[in-house]
Amino acid sequence: MDIQTRSLSPTAPALSLRPTVPQPRLARPHEAHGTSVDAKVLVRNLDFYYGQRQALFRVSLTVRTHSVTSFIGPSGCGKSTLLRCLNRMNDLVEGARAVGRVELDGVDIYDPAIDVTDLRKRVGMVFQKSNPFPKSIYDNVAYGPRLHGTKDKRSLDELVQHSLQGAGLWDEVKDRLMQSALGLSGGQQQRLCIARALAVQPDVILMDEPCSALDPIATGKIEELIYTLKDTYTVVIVTHNMQQAARVSDQCGFFLMGELVEFGDTKTIFTTPHDKRTEDYITGRFG
Amino acid sequence: MGERSTLMKDFWRGGELFVWMTASGVALSLLMVAGMLGLIMINGLGQFWPGALQETTLRTQETVIGQVVGEEVIPNSVTPDSPAGQRRFRYRVGNRDVFGSEYRWIDASDMVSSARPEDLTVVERREWGPAFGRIMVGVEGAATGSASGSSWTTVKTLVERANQLRRRIEHLEREEIGSINYRIEKARLARHALTLSGRLAPADAEKDQRLLDQMTALERDYLAKTEALERLHKEAGQEVLFLTLSTGRSVRLSLDQVLAVSRPNGMHWVEKLLAYVQNLWLFVSSEPREANTEGGIFPAIFGTVLMVFLMTLAVMPFGVMAAVYLREYATQGPLVRLVRIAVNNLAGVPSIVFGVFGLAFFVYALGGTIDQWLFPEALPNPTFGTGGILWASLTLALLTVPVVIVATEEGLSAVPRDFREGSLGLGATKFETLRHVILPCALPGILTGLILAMARAAGEVAPLMLTGVVKLAPALPLDEYLPFLHLDRKFMHLGFHIYDVGFQSPNVEAAKPMVYMTTLILILVVVLLNWAAVRLRNRLRRRFTASAV
Repeated sequence: MDIQTRSLSPTAPALSLRPTVPQPRLARPHEAHGTSVDAKVLVRNLDFYYGQRQALFRVSLTVRTHSVTSFIGPSGCGKSTLLRCLNRMNDLVEGARAVGRVELDGVDIYDPAIDVTDLRKRVGMVFQKSNPFPKSIYDNVAYGPRLHGTKDKRSLDELVQHSLQGAGLWDEVKDRLMQSALGLSGGQQQRLCIARALAVQPDVILMDEPCSALDPIATGKIEELIYTLKDTYTVVIVTHNMQQAARVSDQCGFFLMGELVEFGDTKTIFTTPHDKRTEDYITGRFG
Repeated sequence: MGERSTLMKDFWRGGELFVWMTASGVALSLLMVAGMLGLIMINGLGQFWPGALQETTLRTQETVIGQVVGEEVIPNSVTPDSPAGQRRFRYRVGNRDVFGSEYRWIDASDMVSSARPEDLTVVERREWGPAFGRIMVGVEGAATGSASGSSWTTVKTLVERANQLRRRIEHLEREEIGSINYRIEKARLARHALTLSGRLAPADAEKDQRLLDQMTALERDYLAKTEALERLHKEAGQEVLFLTLSTGRSVRLSLDQVLAVSRPNGMHWVEKLLAYVQNLWLFVSSEPREANTEGGIFPAIFGTVLMVFLMTLAVMPFGVMAAVYLREYATQGPLVRLVRIAVNNLAGVPSIVFGVFGLAFFVYALGGTIDQWLFPEALPNPTFGTGGILWASLTLALLTVPVVIVATEEGLSAVPRDFREGSLGLGATKFETLRHVILPCALPGILTGLILAMARAAGEVAPLMLTGVVKLAPALPLDEYLPFLHLDRKFMHLGFHIYDVGFQSPNVEAAKPMVYMTTLILILVVVLLNWAAVRLRNRLRRRFTASAV
C-alpha cells in the first residue's frame, strides 16, 4: 500500500490490501469511534505466554494520541514484551501467544485477518541496540518507503531529508548520505533508526530502551527528539532510566513480574504513587 | 624437593607444554605443505631447463651422448677396494626409436673421458621424444657433411620454415577442413532428420534437395582442400636432416617431424633462461602430443576451469535456495534436523558413488532421453547420452551441494537478529527482509561455501572418469561453431591428466616431470580460483562490516 494514501479524504476507502475480501481494517484516527477520541492504543486484559511461561497477566491500559507513554520496571517484568505486542513483533518468537485484546484506533490488531506488515507500517519501532542496515545512510532511510512503493527519486529524496530532519540528524549527515551508516557514532545510528522509522510515516512509534547503549549527551539529544516527536506521533517508550521516564513521558506504567502495578500520569506516579511497590521502586528501595 | 615439585606443578598448570604442542602442530603442517610444494616444484620445474649434453667415451670404446639426470651409489657395491661404494650415472640418451629405451645407467668405473662439445644437438621430434647427436643438412638422397658454423644457421632456418609449413598444414586441417567436415555432418544429420519418419514428405523434398546440393558443394570444397594439403605435405617432406648418433650411425630426419633444434652446450645462460620461459609457456599453452607424454596441457587446464565454472553455476542456486528454505522457512523440528543430518552425511559419501550415480542418472537416463527427443537423427551415436562436460559438472555440483548448504546456513544464522527485526519492524514482509537485508549480509558466508565447493570440485577425479573425462579430447568444449559452448563434449581435466600421464603412458619414466608439472599447474589453478573468490568475499565483507567510528 502506498504511503500517499494517507492523505485521502475521510470518505475514501481506508487501507485494505485485499479489497475483494472483507476484513477488519486499521481505521484512521478520524474514523475512530466507540472509544474516547484521544485513545490511540487500547490494551484490554492481555495475557501473554512464551510457550508455557506466562509473561503478562491481565494488562489493561490506554495510550493517548500525541503523548509519550513510558513503561518502567525491573528487568524481566514484561514491559518490553508488552511493547512488542503492540506491533506484533512477538509473532516472531516461536511458541508466543497473546490472549486478550489490543486495539489500534479501535481495531483489534490480533484479528487473524489483519495484515501484519500493514500494522507494522503504522506502528514503527526503534530497538534497544541501534541496528542500521549495512547500507548507506540514504538507503537506510529509504528502505521502508521503497518497500511500500515509493519509486520516484524526487519524492524519495524529500522523504529522506524530511525524516532525517525529523530525527535531528540531517545537519550532521547531509554531506555523506551515500556513505555507510555503520560509520556513524552510536547516538547518530540510533537517531538514524528513528529517521528510518519516521520515513514510513507511522502513527505510533515504539521505543525499546532506545538510550541504554548511549552516552549522556547522545541520550539528551534523543530525549529532546522524543519530546518533539509527540506533536506528530504517539510515542511509547520502555526505559530503565526513571529520570528519563520522568523527563519525557506524559503517562507512565510500572510493571512488576508481568503485572501492570500502576498506570497513570507520570507526575502522579512519581510524586504520589498509589501503590507501595511503585513507591519502593522509584525511590530505589529495590529493583 | 619442595621447590622442584612447585616448579613442575607450575609448569603443568601454566600449560607451557600445551602451547608448545599446539605450536608444533602448526609448524608440522606448514612444514608438510612447504615440503610437498618444494618436492613438486623441484621435480617439475627442472624439466624445461635446457640441460647440457655430455659426450662420454666408455672403456668399451663406445660413445654415449646424453643428459646426466641422476647419480647414485650402486647398491651392494661396498667392497674392501671401494669402501665408499661405486658410483653410477643416469643418462638420458634419447632416440627411443633406435635405442629402445630413453635412459641408461653408466658406471663411473666404465667412463674413460667426458666432454661437452658445442656441436651436440637436441632435436625435439613429433614422435619418439628427443634425439641427441650431430646434425647435418641434406636433400632426399645424400648427406652433405656436418652442419657446423654457417650450416647451423641453415639448419635453424630450415626448421623454422618447416614449422611455418606445419602451422599452415595444421590450420588447413583443423580450421578449414574441420569446418567443412562439421558442416557436411550437420547437413547429413539434417537430411537424416527429414527422412526419419521413414518416408520423405513432399513438402520437404525441396529442402532435401537443397541440403544435397550443399553437401555436394562442400565435398567439392573438401577435395580441393585435401589436394592443397597434400601439396603442403609433399613440400614439407622434401628436405631432410641427418643426425649422427653416438654410435656413429646416421639417422634420417624428415623435417616435418622436427619441432625444434637447439645446442644447449653453446648457450649462454640468458639464452637458456629465454628457452626455459619459452618451454614453460609452450607447456601451458599447447596441446599434448604422443599419448600426453610430450607437449602441453592447455586443453586440460581449460577443461578444469570450465568444468569448475559450470559446476558453480549449477550448485550455487540450488545450494543457496535449499539452505534458505531450511534456515528461514522450514519449521525447525525433527524433520528438518533429519534433513540436515542427511545433507551432512551426503558430504561424506565417497565421490565415486556420485560418479556412478551421475553415469546412471545423468548420462544414461537423462542424456539418453534427451537424445531420443532432441537428437534422434544422430542415433545410434549418442549426443548427450554419453559422458560430457555438462554431466560431469552436474555430478560435481551434486557432490558439493552439501558444502554450499552448510556454509550458507551458517552465513544466514550469523546475520544479527537486529537486522531482521529492524526490517520487519518497518513493515517489510519476510521475503523482502530476506532479499534486501539477510541475503546480502549472508553473502560472505555463501561465498565461503562457494570457495570450499570449488576447491573440492577442482581436485575431484574419480566421478569425472565415469561422466565425461577423456585422455585426449579432440576439441575444446568452447569453439567458434554455434552454439559455441558444447556441453555434450568430452573434456580433459588436470587431475585425470596426472593419473593418465603418470600411470597409463607408454613411457612412464620420461613422463615423470610432466606429472609433477601438471600437479603444480593443478595446484596453481585451484589456488587462483580460490584467491579470486576470497578477494570477492573480502570486498563484500568490508562493505557489510565497516566498523563504527
